[in-house]
Amino acid sequence: MSTATGLNSPERPATTPTFQAPSTSRKIKNNLATFLVGLAFVVALVPLVWVLATVVVRGVGAILSSDWWGKSLSGVLPESYAGGVYHAIYGTLIQAALAAVIAVPIGILAAIYLVEYGRGRLAKTTSFMVDILAGVPSIVAALFIFAAFISILGAEQSAFMVSLALVLLMLPVVIRNTEEMLRLVPDELREAAYALGIPKWKTILRIVLPTALSGTVTGVMLALARVMGETAPVLVLVGYSQSINFDPFSGNMASLPLLMFSELSNPEPSGQFRIWGAALTLILIIMILQLGASVVSRFSAISK
Amino acid sequence: MPGDDEADGTPAVTERTTAARPRDPQDEGSAAGSATLDTVTDTDPGRGGTDRGKATPGRGERIFRWLTSGSGLLVVAAIAAIGLFLLVQAVPSLLANNANFLTSPVFDTRDPANLNFGIRDLLVVTLLSSLFALVLAMTIALGIALFLTQYAPKRVARPFAYVIDLLAAVPSIIYGLWGIAVLAPALLPIATWLSTNLGWFFLFAPGNLPVLTGTIFTGGVVLAVMILPIITAVTREVFSQAPRFHIEAAQALGATRWEVIRMAVLPYGRSGYIAGSMLGLGRALGETIAVLIVIRAATTPSGFSLFDGGYTFASLIASAASEFSQPLPTGAYIAAGLVLFILTFVVNAIARVVAGGKVNG
Repeated sequence: MSTATGLNSPERPATTPTFQAPSTSRKIKNNLATFLVGLAFVVALVPLVWVLATVVVRGVGAILSSDWWGKSLSGVLPESYAGGVYHAIYGTLIQAALAAVIAVPIGILAAIYLVEYGRGRLAKTTSFMVDILAGVPSIVAALFIFAAFISILGAEQSAFMVSLALVLLMLPVVIRNTEEMLRLVPDELREAAYALGIPKWKTILRIVLPTALSGTVTGVMLALARVMGETAPVLVLVGYSQSINFDPFSGNMASLPLLMFSELSNPEPSGQFRIWGAALTLILIIMILQLGASVVSRFSAISK
Repeated sequence: MPGDDEADGTPAVTERTTAARPRDPQDEGSAAGSATLDTVTDTDPGRGGTDRGKATPGRGERIFRWLTSGSGLLVVAAIAAIGLFLLVQAVPSLLANNANFLTSPVFDTRDPANLNFGIRDLLVVTLLSSLFALVLAMTIALGIALFLTQYAPKRVARPFAYVIDLLAAVPSIIYGLWGIAVLAPALLPIATWLSTNLGWFFLFAPGNLPVLTGTIFTGGVVLAVMILPIITAVTREVFSQAPRFHIEAAQALGATRWEVIRMAVLPYGRSGYIAGSMLGLGRALGETIAVLIVIRAATTPSGFSLFDGGYTFASLIASAASEFSQPLPTGAYIAAGLVLFILTFVVNAIARVVAGGKVNG
């Protein structure tokens, strides 16, 4: 076997050099893999750009119309281009907010349990169940709330029922994010607090949680962004209303996904106008939350 | 993993804490060296077995401990309650059912006195669409994860990963609208080509729909886009943890980049990749509204073709949601929901077992 490097050199090894340039077939394989891997990434970008472009192009007309943000669809005919979606924006926000009010404290406490106190079988089971809960489909969560609260306890369909279903969907996200942040808090901080004679629970509340706060807030915002787009619970648990309803505990209430779904059965072109307008509105709200989350998490990087 | 050292780390810390408690923090500096050593060695060995918190729990400690473990228990209770309540509501309808629940393709609940419902067709459509989506998404996600962890420079890898995560932020109803209004017409040439040239293969055989848009094929592609971010996120995380030593050893042996991946990264990340895919499968099985909007209803049961239409468990329940008034027909849908719950439970449990603690889904 002849090699490229100095046959006549005195340092020429007695055997063939260990390192040889890769053979052609290996090079081809390597280049092919590089190409395919890059291609996969590009392929994944296509739907993202395509979906966003579709929503913006089709929805921008609606959200720029004068009544869009300040009026409801109360009394607006199906074929009319008038009216707005503020009743649905209110519904989306209040349902998610109510869910957060319930899910955030429980989620943070459960995360503290998993990180600080949980030992043995119960903690393992809890951690396992958090994973399972994260995988429960939203339609199943909605059916559960329907079965437990509406069928058995006799509650009325209302926005609050939706919030209860959203609690189940938010909980795992809040727990996992908080858990991750709590684990990042350096043990030295805890030890320093213990060394000062501070009991464990006060250490957690005053030292550990504030340190992990920004990460927890990020998690909550991401969880909110996730549940706002959920359609299955609102389909099962609350009726649609074209006008504003401020009371989440009774009556029908619109939300952006529900409005979109009901307008699907509107054969007029104005139905499409409203659907894509609501889609863009929903995406804007979610984007604001996501941006907010990344801004908050940037603050945490500074304080750490 | 940070969690692993927690278990043995904390007791040691708490022992030291108790001993250090009476000391004034002020003289910490001067006497630090010897005093700290003293306190550690002074610790009564007999006390080692008992937890400090249990030895003298203050009231605040007890309440807080109770609150946190109560919240943890609540999660466990929620899962148990979901299973229990769905079962309780489903049983009367299952008993009143005149068709075979597992093998009947019809789902007719219009007459409460004569219920005929079975899940065969739901199961076929659900599995077919989800598995098709899984195959597509697994391929692409593997590529993306490798690209982000092994090829892309660190500086751009993070924003690129964020972009992929954005796919998960788009609500499913928007994917549904896009799927039927934009993607379905665009996929029509591919679908037509597949059905004319590969129609002899059962997956591409003529389906039970008059058109080739709004089929399981279209729905599967939409689902693939939707589960791509979760599979990518989990796989990326595991791949980025591949041991540096293995990678460098392979490089030192003269391996090309692809060979490094094959020898060092893939064997390490395989379980995480499978776990991530299982999580994605769970999402696809339970996806409701996008599937309801994209896949058209069919009048005849599915024949295992990708060009069939029909309902999945989730989309059937959602489509009937407005008619949940009488208990017996509602119970039929709840029974379908129970099957879906069990299905996703099993898939997610497998994901967790396969991951073996390497990933935090």
